[in-house]
Amino acid sequence: MITSFLAKALGRNIVVTVAILLTLAALVPALNLLTAPDHPLHVPTYIVSLFGKYLTYALLALALDLVWGFCGILSLGHAAFFALGGYAMGMYLMRQIGARGSYGNPLLPDFMVFLNWKELPWFWHGFDMFWFAALMAVLAPGLLAFVFGWFAFRSRVNGVYLSIITQAMTFALLLAFFRNDMGFGGNNGLTDFKDILGFNIQSQGTRSALFAASAVALALSLVITSGIVRSKYGKILVGVRDAESRTRFLGYRVEHVKLFAFVVSAMMAGVAGALYVPQVGIINPGEFDPANSIEVVIWTAVGGRGTLIGPIVGAILVNGGKSVFTAAFPEFWLFALGGLFILVTLFLPKGIVGTVRQFVERRREYHKAKAAEEARAFAAAEPQAAE
Amino acid sequence: MQARLIHRFLQCLLIAFCLMATDLRAADDLRAMVDALGGGSFQQNQKQVEALAKTGDPKIVPALEALAEGDLYQRKADGTVFIVKPAGANFKLIDALTGDEVGEEAKAALEKVKVNNGLRRVIRGALGGLTLMSPDTSVRLQAAGTILRTPTADALDGVETALAAETDGAVKAMLEKARAAAILVSDRPVAEKKAAVATVAQTGGRDSLSLLSAALASADESLRPDIEIGIQQIEDQLALWAAGQNIWYGLSLGSVLLLAAIGLAITFGVMGIINMAHGEMVMLGAYTTFVVQQVIRTSFPGLFDWSLAIALPLAFLVTGAVGLVMERGIIRFLYGRPLETLLATWGVSLILQQAVRSIFGPTNQEVGNPSWMSGAFELGGLTVTWNRMWIILFSLAVFAFLLFLLKKTPMGLQMRAVTQNRRMASSMGIRTPWVDALTFALGSGIAGIAGVALSQIDNVSPNLGQGYIIDSFMVVVFGGVGNLWGTLVGAFSLGILNKVLEPYAGAVLGKILVLVLIILFIQKRPRGLFALKGRAVEA
Repeated sequence: MITSFLAKALGRNIVVTVAILLTLAALVPALNLLTAPDHPLHVPTYIVSLFGKYLTYALLALALDLVWGFCGILSLGHAAFFALGGYAMGMYLMRQIGARGSYGNPLLPDFMVFLNWKELPWFWHGFDMFWFAALMAVLAPGLLAFVFGWFAFRSRVNGVYLSIITQAMTFALLLAFFRNDMGFGGNNGLTDFKDILGFNIQSQGTRSALFAASAVALALSLVITSGIVRSKYGKILVGVRDAESRTRFLGYRVEHVKLFAFVVSAMMAGVAGALYVPQVGIINPGEFDPANSIEVVIWTAVGGRGTLIGPIVGAILVNGGKSVFTAAFPEFWLFALGGLFILVTLFLPKGIVGTVRQFVERRREYHKAKAAEEARAFAAAEPQAAE
Repeated sequence: MQARLIHRFLQCLLIAFCLMATDLRAADDLRAMVDALGGGSFQQNQKQVEALAKTGDPKIVPALEALAEGDLYQRKADGTVFIVKPAGANFKLIDALTGDEVGEEAKAALEKVKVNNGLRRVIRGALGGLTLMSPDTSVRLQAAGTILRTPTADALDGVETALAAETDGAVKAMLEKARAAAILVSDRPVAEKKAAVATVAQTGGRDSLSLLSAALASADESLRPDIEIGIQQIEDQLALWAAGQNIWYGLSLGSVLLLAAIGLAITFGVMGIINMAHGEMVMLGAYTTFVVQQVIRTSFPGLFDWSLAIALPLAFLVTGAVGLVMERGIIRFLYGRPLETLLATWGVSLILQQAVRSIFGPTNQEVGNPSWMSGAFELGGLTVTWNRMWIILFSLAVFAFLLFLLKKTPMGLQMRAVTQNRRMASSMGIRTPWVDALTFALGSGIAGIAGVALSQIDNVSPNLGQGYIIDSFMVVVFGGVGNLWGTLVGAFSLGILNKVLEPYAGAVLGKILVLVLIILFIQKRPRGLFALKGRAVEA
């Protein structure tokens, strides 16, 4: 079963993209670690971190594409899943600090000492183990998505309404995580991390390893989503997107179909968040901002929703553009982003990858039609010649 | 040298005043008594004040008040006592009895008549007794109120004399209450105190509560149950007022929500456009107000109270025009694709935000309240601020205007026709593209008007709109899309719910709870409180 899943998953584009990602995962750390800083092929560490961050964004965009591009659910709450994954990882990193915090408390993180807490809240237990934190980074967003989706899809909240209540969900979480009483560091969030799995989080080697991990996670997720989309279930998913009522009348349980995609997507977003936090070194409630969720949507839209490569391309392009823009003309970044939103929706509804694909297909059809026409003309000319 | 001259002059002046006084001897006595205040010990001064009070002469009121405030000084040179006002490095001297200005003196030449709390209490009692007999009704009322708030056993005699002589109804009622309060702290017999407890309990309010609580501590057994009942009575009443206050805050928040959401009820509710730039329309309206006020401040300062009235139509025009351009330029290409509209309008909102930030700067701009919108008044136990009051009325007026426009005018008829059945409306000769554009412009213009009102209570910054966008969508979705009444009910019920939850859960948690409740509510009724029935739903 797994082999057939894989066989279906690995279309030509996917194989190429996965190969590129895996090559990058090996090559970039090698170029960073093994070459001298003045070598022409040397990749500086800050670039490694920056692109590692982009890769986690790409994973988040891919997760959104699974529900938006293939199932028609425009979630404006994916930042919440991303942030939850990030908080799970942040809690692990916080526990790893141990007695090295400014208050030197071996058990409690600094902010709890500051708030005069005496013991660790129950939900912080277990986060000193990496495997537990990693599990939670997937399960917590998955569980939230399951509960939320269960209620929402069962009562057939869809379209715009779903978008609005997902936005309300992430807004409510934003407010909740801002509270000090929640036990997640309040306004300041979690930061000042020291090491991960025993390695110094600031060191060149760890940065490279995190980049490689992000690339591998993205490649893996790409294979999984591709497998999902190309399976029989994936066909139903697209059916739900294009004609929800008709799919329901054909006897499919639309809410289950949607729920599965939503939960898988949320888990992928959680993984992205967990990889993001050690690379940027902080997680705070700002990550829950509804505006972030909407920004993810534009990455996906720019790259091309409904294509699997598109969101990856879009996330890296838009964020690369953001880095360049905010450094060169910080005033104009919001103008550029806003303009991008408008132009893409008006003139590039299929995104870059979708448009390129459409163009290629048109050419192919054009050539086919031309060839057929020539053949017909040839066939028509033949009898005349025979006479 | 000069000081001596002035001194002489003042002495002459003083004598002249004394001669002019009708009752020369009495005035002389009074002046001697007032002057005796300087240099006396606290206890002597208490006696002195009591003696002054016995004269019953209203002329000594300003001097006593000044003494309580610490504004009474004695001139070292001759021992005369003056009321002083600071004037630069010097003090301005005011005659303690007549209130006339009599010159200036260096600070060093004067010595303050010292006052402590014991003395202040005596003064208050004395003042109360004095002003109770004043010929001016409002002064008497105020005096009775003062005794009611800070009753002393000493004041009781004065109150009872005044009560016997009082003819004005309101003052009499106030005096009754003051008398009851004073009896509680006196050593009158129990029967009289019982009646007093009942009166105080009826008066209600926090002051009465603390009065009764204080009395409870020192009361004897037979009086105790009465006081406890009285306390209970007042506490119930206070709880009721607190609930009333919460509902008032809720109404106020509801009106803000209504204002923010009502434009959206047109663009989203009636037309089905997800306008994420709606908050920025509100923000533009607020900035229009700011610009209008700037122009008024620099060029026509007299018109400041009219600034809002001038800003209203301008804000409507500005945001309406922006809305028109948005609809013609972007949204009309996206009809039937609501999610794409959401993204494009989000883009517009980012551009508008950044544009305002680039032009006006990222900081808060100061928008002033016109005089008729500042201040507050008391309504029973409620404190009502004028700006909140006006905003509630204004939101209802906007709502009524919109309802009228939609239901009673040809334009409203066309709007509703186009929403219900676009093709049929088009066949009947309605220019649907124009109706779309005008409807969107109307919704945006209303948002701008809301911005004028919200500029009065919120910080006017480029981020103003973002704070309202989620709330507005919640209100419209909760109330039911396509239904103005739903928006009204939705806004006020969410506002009141939020404020009723707040005392128990805290502000942030209350808001989270409301959001969660709305999410759950939408599961139950996906089309909101007042769902449209029929085919329109499926479209």
